[in-house]
Amino acid sequence: MPEKLVQIEPKPPRGDWRNPKVEFRKGAMCYSAAAKNLTYLGLPNARAWQPTDSDWKLPPDWKQIILNGMKDRLGKYRSFRLFMDICVRCGACADKCHFYLGSADPKNMPVARAELIRSVYRRYFTLTGRLFGSLAGGRELTEDVIKEWFYYFYQCTECRRCSVFCPYGIDTAEITMMGRELLNLIGCNINWVLEPAANCFRTGNHLGIQPHGFKDSIDFAAGEAAEITGLDIEVPINRKGAEILFVMPSADYFATPHYYTLLGYLMLFREIGLDYTVSAYASEGGNFGFFSSHEMMKRLNAKIYDEAKRLGVKWILGGECGHMWRVLHQYMDTMNGPADFLEVPVSPVTGTVFEHARSTKMVHICEFTADLIHHGKLKLDPRRNDHWNVTYHDSCNPARGMGLLEEPRYILNHVSRNFHEMPENTIREQTFCCGSGAGLGTDENLETRLRGGFPRANAVKYVKQKYGVNLLTCICAIDKATLPTLLEYWVPGVEVGGVHELLGNALVMTGEKERTTDLRGEPLATAEAPVGGESEAAHA
Amino acid sequence: MNALYSVLVVLALVLAALAGGRIEAGRAVLMLAVPYTALTIFLVGFCARVLRWAWVPVPFHIPTTCGQQKALSWIRPSKVDNPSTRWGVFVRMAAEVLLFRSLFRNNRARMAEKRLILGESKYLWLGALAFHWALLLILLRHLRLFIEPVPAWIDGLERLDSFFQIGAPQLYLSDVILLVALSYLILRRFRDPAVRFISLFTDYFALFLLLGIAVSGVLMRYYVRVDILSVKQFALSLAAFRPVDLSTLSPLFLAHLLLVCTLAAYFPFSKLMHMGGVFLSPTRNLANDSRRRRHINPWNYPVKKHTYAEWEEEFHDKLQAAGMPLEADDAGKARTN
Repeated sequence: MPEKLVQIEPKPPRGDWRNPKVEFRKGAMCYSAAAKNLTYLGLPNARAWQPTDSDWKLPPDWKQIILNGMKDRLGKYRSFRLFMDICVRCGACADKCHFYLGSADPKNMPVARAELIRSVYRRYFTLTGRLFGSLAGGRELTEDVIKEWFYYFYQCTECRRCSVFCPYGIDTAEITMMGRELLNLIGCNINWVLEPAANCFRTGNHLGIQPHGFKDSIDFAAGEAAEITGLDIEVPINRKGAEILFVMPSADYFATPHYYTLLGYLMLFREIGLDYTVSAYASEGGNFGFFSSHEMMKRLNAKIYDEAKRLGVKWILGGECGHMWRVLHQYMDTMNGPADFLEVPVSPVTGTVFEHARSTKMVHICEFTADLIHHGKLKLDPRRNDHWNVTYHDSCNPARGMGLLEEPRYILNHVSRNFHEMPENTIREQTFCCGSGAGLGTDENLETRLRGGFPRANAVKYVKQKYGVNLLTCICAIDKATLPTLLEYWVPGVEVGGVHELLGNALVMTGEKERTTDLRGEPLATAEAPVGGESEAAHA
Repeated sequence: MNALYSVLVVLALVLAALAGGRIEAGRAVLMLAVPYTALTIFLVGFCARVLRWAWVPVPFHIPTTCGQQKALSWIRPSKVDNPSTRWGVFVRMAAEVLLFRSLFRNNRARMAEKRLILGESKYLWLGALAFHWALLLILLRHLRLFIEPVPAWIDGLERLDSFFQIGAPQLYLSDVILLVALSYLILRRFRDPAVRFISLFTDYFALFLLLGIAVSGVLMRYYVRVDILSVKQFALSLAAFRPVDLSTLSPLFLAHLLLVCTLAAYFPFSKLMHMGGVFLSPTRNLANDSRRRRHINPWNYPVKKHTYAEWEEEFHDKLQAAGMPLEADDAGKARTN
């Protein structure tokens, strides 16, 4: 927790944004990436430095590298060139950014964040900018500008909320991705992004868990699920010939409250007798490469298709994770496809053909489970979740980079009897980010995170006061990792959990012993009452 | 400061037109050289800019989805805000271009007693929509000056525009709406601290240039009447590439003309290109079908990966000790097949 309590004080922006000076302050910034991680990944300019240093030890020709990098990307990404040109600075995006709302720092307005790089674009790449300089909105590229980029592009979670409101669809996530790619060219990266990326490249997952550790974690979870249900639960690892490869974010098997979601998956798979395997090589669904460069994203993502091919599975099922699904939905097939060695996904239980994933061959677990429930294949007792008053936080990427809005709600409405929506302007495509995505979920920048998480927390507080909500569910590993801290600060008394955790609670399994606790080991409210019978939730 | 400079530039243009109109050579420049040059710059520049965007590939399929996806057959998708078909994209783009759909979503955040309140805010949408539609209507009305005989649909537009039949000459509704909307957009740029903070010279310049054009046009119609017949004669001669010098044209008309030409010539170099750019925005003009249909990146290139074989080699002993399946034989050598 920060020493001084974070207060949200809106104040009108002042001064001239063209002045690039920023103050790097503990708690409001991320530390630099360790040289070993850059070296391992083969990235340029590995060295020891910190953002607070006055000398960032940039390569001597850094300016040329950045300008060449911009030129290269302006010719490769229409989004980048277009978004540099067509903004009219109407300001509709300004108060849509959680970081601006929480910090009142005017450079956190999406339009201003983009102007940081746009001004350099105008100065070096447009006729008017070259002729008229600052009058045409141009700005010299100096070392201070690089520092400013570093500060503000690592203070954007690429959540795309601003893009929903922009009349031209200008997406700050694209701008930030370009900004970070450019910074990567001269070795200005943060460790919270590059260490997971390096880990993932080497071991297969962000946490750097080696295969035997992976097996231990999975076996432990299987054991725990078995204990709760009284059933044998085994999880196949690297098994060739399985029908389905299941990929989840590594936090699911190594962190709480993600872990309860993992228990939910395992129980579900056991109950429907799914022929599946997990992989220790492709043991990460998330992709921190996405937070440094398109190339790194592709390098890390490649493992999923490669492993599916090696294991000879028919299709791939993916767990609850936010940016993981942005990559899987919008990038994977383009980057590492075509997945012509896989088959169009078909639910082995309901026979539903997942036409919408006909090319990628990867289905979201919420789509898969909602389909099971819709076909009445699961026996559910939502009373087992009666101790939770539930709300649902749309994770940014599945909401705005996919449109997965109703599937999780459908599941929640069948596994819980107390589901309450947050206000309309803060959910679905207008959902507020947790403030910690895109590689910013570290304790180093906790103050920034608390500020960025404020708009989300504010909406949670509303439903807590109105409906007594005590559980925020979500389908994002970063949400699950970071929201507990934010809620503890802004809305004490609201826990964070996954959709499949509640499913695991409600799932009445064939031959299971009578449950006395939920997946967290908390006593069930319905422990005394007999459980069973046809669930009212079994049909829609 | 930016606002002041842009007002000064617009005033300087007006003065230049007034001064230039007094001498013969000046009139020739203002009425011949400037219009043709401006038109050429506009056409060439506009096309060049659009083609330049169009030539840049769209490597990834990145629509911003603003509604439910089309996945399971029994969940109703949001066909426009999250289109899965070309038709859906067409409607989404039409709503964006004609009705400013995204701007319609706008809300305003404010803090009240440590709580964040998100309130309705439709003024920007209304102001922008009113401005653009009024401008379009006025442009279309101006076609009457370039076509003889005047087509019936232009007459129809004019009758619609002067529906209320106020005053003589009859008041055009579009003139009023344009002036009001433009004033709102200018005032907003001054009064909203966030918008003022990000406003550049070019933002004010575009607004004041348009205001100058609108005011000079309104003056000519309602107050300092110009000889509309000579204006039409001049316009027709320009359009027919047979320019004639008409010394009867008033200085005010010359100012109006110079401001319009400035706008046209400035257009391709400015943010006003959003007119062409909005159609190319990859977050709006793509269907959300990236899992159903593979999107091709023309410059996709192979990257350095950490292959399964390398991974297994590195962790061979640990995999073996944990009893996990191996591709390689026990000696750690990869099987050849």
